Amino acid sequence: MNVPGDLKYTKSHEWVRIEGDTATIGITDHAQSELGDIVFVDLPNEGRQLGAEEVFGSVESVKAVSDIYSPVSGEVVEANGTLGAQSELVNSDPYGQGWLIKVKLNGEPEGLLSASEYEATL
Amino acid sequence: MTYVPHTDADVREMLATIGVNSIDELFADIPEDLRLKGELRIPSRLDEHQLMRHMAGLAAQNLDLSQVTCFLGAGIYDRYIPASVGAVISRGEFLTAYTPYQPEVSQGYLQTIYEFQSMIAELYGCDLANASMYDGPTSLAEAALMACSLKRKDIVVMSEGIHPHARQVMETYAWSNEVEVRTLPLKDGQTDLSQMPEGAVLLIQNPNFYGVIEDLAAARAAADSQGAMLVVSADPTACGLLKAPGHYGADVVVGEGQPLGIPMGLGGPMLGLFACKQEYVRSIPGRIVGRTHDAQGRPGFTMTLRTREQDIRREKATSNICTNEALMALASTVYMSAVGKNGIRSVATSTVQNTQYAIKVLTEAGGKLKFPNARVFGEFVLTLPKPAAEVRDALLSHGILAGLPLGPYLAGGENDLLVAVTEIRTQEEIDDFARALREVLNG
Amino acid sequence: MKPIPLIFEKSRPGRIGCNLPKADTPEVDVQAILGETRDAVAWPEIGELDMLRHFTNLSHRNYGIEIGFYPLGSCTMKYNPKINERTAGLTGFTHTHPMQPEETIGGFLEVYASCMDILKEITGFDDITMQPVAGAHGELACLMLIKAYHESRGEGAQRRVVLVPDSAHGTNPASAARCGYVVKTIPTAEDGNTDLEALAKELGPDTAAFMVTNPSTLALFETNITKVCQMVHEAGGQVFCDGANMNAMVGTTRPGDHGFDCMHLNLHKTFSTPHGGGGPGCGAIGLKSHLAPYMPGPVITRNDAGQAVLDHDRPHCIGRVSGFFGQSLMAVRALTYFLAYGREGMSSISRYSVLNANYVKARLKDVLPAAHDRPCMHECVLTAKQYKEYGVRALDLSKALIDYGFHPPTNYFPLIVPEAFMIEPTETEAKETLDAFCDALIEICELAKTDPDALHAAPTKAIVGRLDEAAAVKNLDVRYQPA
Repeated sequence: MNVPGDLKYTKSHEWVRIEGDTATIGITDHAQSELGDIVFVDLPNEGRQLGAEEVFGSVESVKAVSDIYSPVSGEVVEANGTLGAQSELVNSDPYGQGWLIKVKLNGEPEGLLSASEYEATL
Repeated sequence: MTYVPHTDADVREMLATIGVNSIDELFADIPEDLRLKGELRIPSRLDEHQLMRHMAGLAAQNLDLSQVTCFLGAGIYDRYIPASVGAVISRGEFLTAYTPYQPEVSQGYLQTIYEFQSMIAELYGCDLANASMYDGPTSLAEAALMACSLKRKDIVVMSEGIHPHARQVMETYAWSNEVEVRTLPLKDGQTDLSQMPEGAVLLIQNPNFYGVIEDLAAARAAADSQGAMLVVSADPTACGLLKAPGHYGADVVVGEGQPLGIPMGLGGPMLGLFACKQEYVRSIPGRIVGRTHDAQGRPGFTMTLRTREQDIRREKATSNICTNEALMALASTVYMSAVGKNGIRSVATSTVQNTQYAIKVLTEAGGKLKFPNARVFGEFVLTLPKPAAEVRDALLSHGILAGLPLGPYLAGGENDLLVAVTEIRTQEEIDDFARALREVLNG
Repeated sequence: MKPIPLIFEKSRPGRIGCNLPKADTPEVDVQAILGETRDAVAWPEIGELDMLRHFTNLSHRNYGIEIGFYPLGSCTMKYNPKINERTAGLTGFTHTHPMQPEETIGGFLEVYASCMDILKEITGFDDITMQPVAGAHGELACLMLIKAYHESRGEGAQRRVVLVPDSAHGTNPASAARCGYVVKTIPTAEDGNTDLEALAKELGPDTAAFMVTNPSTLALFETNITKVCQMVHEAGGQVFCDGANMNAMVGTTRPGDHGFDCMHLNLHKTFSTPHGGGGPGCGAIGLKSHLAPYMPGPVITRNDAGQAVLDHDRPHCIGRVSGFFGQSLMAVRALTYFLAYGREGMSSISRYSVLNANYVKARLKDVLPAAHDRPCMHECVLTAKQYKEYGVRALDLSKALIDYGFHPPTNYFPLIVPEAFMIEPTETEAKETLDAFCDALIEICELAKTDPDALHAAPTKAIVGRLDEAAAVKNLDVRYQPA
């Protein structure tokens, strides 16, 4: 299972990449593999305020739906529009083109796991 | 042991394999005090011949409407049902199948559902239709609750022209979901759309309960004035001639599918129709069948968008509906195929023709149209000089079921009779009705 | 075999598939009468024989009980007696209108009242209503009664939570949500019973109801059921029984005696009305007398003379939950079925369905062990987890059964059993059918270890192989579009 060392993680299988005051959020390779073929991604509108651990969307396979929790608090500045037509990117490139949202942080993120800590939960 | 095939030898061998001495031992987990002692106090068993005689005796205690001339409609209609409908739905492969969760062994049923969805979407002028709902009223209530959830607003605006039973079902569903229902009154038989209140959705029926054709373009505009969705409950036969609700921009079109080849059967089982715009497809209740392919590229059908449903989404499902009315949907698919493109137009045209003739001769016989300026499709309200219930009862002795007395439904409607005239009524039957009416009114 | 073209693709302009009645009244100007009219409805145009062949050929690609064994757990796929179809086809039943005068439907009211009398006795409840038209609809109706009851005691606003076991059917939480309730999940204990400690923790002044399936979806009788009901009642909540598994209890034990306040029944499972490919159902509900005032209308009852009549004096009625009386023609079938067994034979339903399930469980114990080592009720929940190491899932075993001519059992339910394999034989299956099924499954399980790829490819003898369900969602095609 691919768990890049430069990212932060949550127990609920989201990853976060923090660059300046912006966090990019997606689901991990492990999560996409458990779900199987992802057929639909429900994402929030830009401008929505998120609290840490708040549900902001869901990813669906044919026979399962998984809520996605925000690892950070802040404002949604971009949702990955490409996933509307190409939800399979979450399977094929979960840490790259399959990212879900970008959030402008309104504080220092807390309680995130390092790659090795996340790997230990799997 | 009527339908149980076990011989004593079977039971002995089976118990031995299980490793117990008696069937009773298998019930050991049921606490002794909860086990039933003695026989149930229910009737004794009947053999098949006795059964048929007993049930035929009960059937004979009903007024069999095939033995009288029926002008009662009010949402459930005495229409022609092709013999082929019964032949297809009594086939064991369809009748005794479960929900097609295993597509490899259910391609036959799945294809008929896809065809059903296609025909209903076409009839209603919508992008798509689901695989059916319980009945017209529950389909309407589900559409209304869907609109409330999409609009995040707990107010439903309902026309008083909707079937009173459907309105009652809506009220029940609304109460349990803490949704407010605001009603729009009628004016000259049509919904008065001039005072559209705030709400998530406008519910309107076409033709309405009194047979009157509504102004759906005005309904769309009224809904838009409040940012509300428009849900139209439409009679499927009328859609053979009237412009489809989808044409006017209805967001969801629902209806009672009974006129499409289903016996009246004291109102059950019925067939709930549900069609809508593409944009709502992820929010709709009920099953949907889609076309796809297998690994070898062979085309096939399967239930799709399953994550909306209760077995996957549980409390977040779009509805709790699971079992629907598949067999009735199949009946209607056979009906729609049998009458086809030209047949449905002919059924609707004959209905209009017979209705116009009935209006002419019944008004000549002493009735008056309650809404003389309204356009009607296959049903109309006749105001009589006497209480309608009395007239209905008197006409029954002439072998005519004249319609529905509106006293219980319409304020001051004691003398009003709702008369439906379908395509199977003949000129002679309508003339007999007029003659008998004249007699009853003058008697 | 080739795909059967859609009926639209068989359409030829000018054909019609029936001998249609046409009005003999004077012609009229339809356009002038209706105002706007539409273009033709693009339904197929096909001759009667070809139309019939279309549906007959499709039926050959569909599996039903009359073709073979249908051991779908939780669904009670028993024989649907042919006599039921004959009685329900009598024109005295089919040709009745739900709004014709009450005095002219005496026979039908008697059918309903007889069913209700019998169901009261079988379930041990005080009252029955047959207005709900499906199982989930019955659940919803029960929750509505519970809501009305709490409201009548001034506790409607406070009691907002419905508790549901983690083993429950999805309809339970969905029905609770549809009735405006918040859902909380109660775990199952090691032995398959409700976890009483967890239940005690969740019960409180906000509890509206606990929805229990008994026997549970694990096919085990809830041995603490009296205690469970008592605990919920002490907290002021109501207990609903999901009647999906009533087949195990008919004539043997009565949910009304267990302490439940209400339950739903699936007449299309337990009492043999046909499933019809997913409906119509028939979701009668039973209830204790304290819930009776709220029953949905119209209410059918017996007057002092014992005659079946409508009770119009129901001031606390919650209203209608469906258009008319319920699934009337299904009530005719159910009554026919009740009377075919009668008091002498009714308990054979539970006794032989439990025998059959335990027999299958015993025959399969080496290849598919039971999830819980207790006598099962009318079905058995087995686990296929031992084949996971060979890369074979429960679904693969099921799909292989298709190639042996059997309908697969239920998989992956209940959710709390890994690789669940849920088999419900029903009482109407003969020993040799069960043996043939078990023999096939034993062979398939052997194959799982020796040739897992063969199972991944299954089914190979069906009309189609496993379908691409992801493509079905992504390239949504739910309607024929003319080329």
